[in-house]
Amino acid sequence: MTTERPARLHVDWTACDRRGSCIELLPELLDADDWGYPMPREGHRDLSVDGELTADVLTAVKLCPRLALTLTPGS
Amino acid sequence: VSTSTLPLLPATGSPLLAAARPDLAAHVRHNGPLPSRPDPLALLAVVADSGLTGRGGAGFPTGRKLAAVRSASGRPVVVANGAEGEPASAKDALLLTRAPHLVLDGLQLAAHAVGARRAYVYAKASTLGIVRAAVAERQSAGYDAVEMHVVEAADAFVAGEESAVVAALDGGPPRPRDTLQRVTERGIGRRPTLVQNVETLAHLGLIARHGADWYRRNGTPAEPGTFLATVSGAVSAPGVYEAAHGITLRELLTCAGGAGEPLQAVLIGGYHGTWLPLPAHADRALSRTALRPVGASLGAGVVVALPRRECGLAVAARIATYLAGQSARQCGPCLNGLPRMADLLTRLARAERQPALAGEVKRMAGLVEGRGACHHPDGTARFTVSTLRTFADEIQAHLTGTCTAERRAPGVRRTA
Repeated sequence: MTTERPARLHVDWTACDRRGSCIELLPELLDADDWGYPMPREGHRDLSVDGELTADVLTAVKLCPRLALTLTPGS
Repeated sequence: VSTSTLPLLPATGSPLLAAARPDLAAHVRHNGPLPSRPDPLALLAVVADSGLTGRGGAGFPTGRKLAAVRSASGRPVVVANGAEGEPASAKDALLLTRAPHLVLDGLQLAAHAVGARRAYVYAKASTLGIVRAAVAERQSAGYDAVEMHVVEAADAFVAGEESAVVAALDGGPPRPRDTLQRVTERGIGRRPTLVQNVETLAHLGLIARHGADWYRRNGTPAEPGTFLATVSGAVSAPGVYEAAHGITLRELLTCAGGAGEPLQAVLIGGYHGTWLPLPAHADRALSRTALRPVGASLGAGVVVALPRRECGLAVAARIATYLAGQSARQCGPCLNGLPRMADLLTRLARAERQPALAGEVKRMAGLVEGRGACHHPDGTARFTVSTLRTFADEIQAHLTGTCTAERRAPGVRRTA
């Protein structure tokens, strides 16, 4: 199935407390910024998620201790 | 900002301010009664046809917002937003003081259009007395169908952001919340919520009486109608003026008495806005269409005139410091990045001879942009990047340890 808009990893910045579990679980996709908050390696906004890494992203969503991550569906 | 002088603009007329009457009897005598129980769908159609857009800064089409709230599931709640946290804006307070009934008419119409039975007026402390009196006047006259509650707005820059308004009216701290849940779908008491700027509602009060074509007499076909502008800084008659969309910057400054001294730029759109250098942009039209190509927007109608004798970097550093202090301190990139940007700008303003400063400001702007629950980091980044672009020559002077302006940051000597 092709999607017009990819699924995105949304960060609730009011909840994120830079515990860093997402950065450890998704080293290909995320890096820490100057202060330790997660930042996509490409661009600064919500991360586009597609294909083979989706399962890993879902794991990161589940394991965020602050419940700050949501995988928003594509369209 | 003084709001004592409100001359009408002969070229366009000032429908909003001309309709302003403080008490209910005079208001009804002058403007006519509200249309009684109009068909909500017909009302939505008139608003959509008028092309009215939100006047809190984002400029979202009002017709579409009303339709979204109406079609969301659950009984909606409506809010007249007069929080006006932007320090360079005075138009919402002026409107609530001079034309409270026009705003309340709009609130009642909006409630009727979306099917709400509960309405709030969220207003600054300075306007509460007049707003409460106006609501009481209407209640004793049995004028309205929908109950209205007046609540004092928090005095903070981000207090008027719509999710912060919802949080405050839900009894919590007035802080923005995560964007994943739309206020139009789930706001106050988890109900669909319409938060509309008080100026938008005042226009609605007139559009419902006079129709879409009447509203479209002013402005441009793409951006019809008038808007309230707060003009401050180095002009002879600072204040709130009503102007038609598409008026040029030069014309608006002329309305405000003209420049009191030579100007180097204007800040347009408020503290989250963009500098436009003068005289290069003097004849630029004030409309979204004309401002978009230069990365600017009208925002809530704020124009601040910067005189040539003031150091733009010093002024910008003060504004950036203020904005950093106004972070709701919830989101890491904003909490950490805004003070950092403000500090870097302050060091630039103080003519620290460190060539890496400007590049670091830019990197920091990129680091905070899009990484918060609200647009406070984005707006601050936009303002900061615009400062670097507009005052590039001043930055060069500062890197030699001097400043070209007469009024400079403390301890900086003038460029020879």
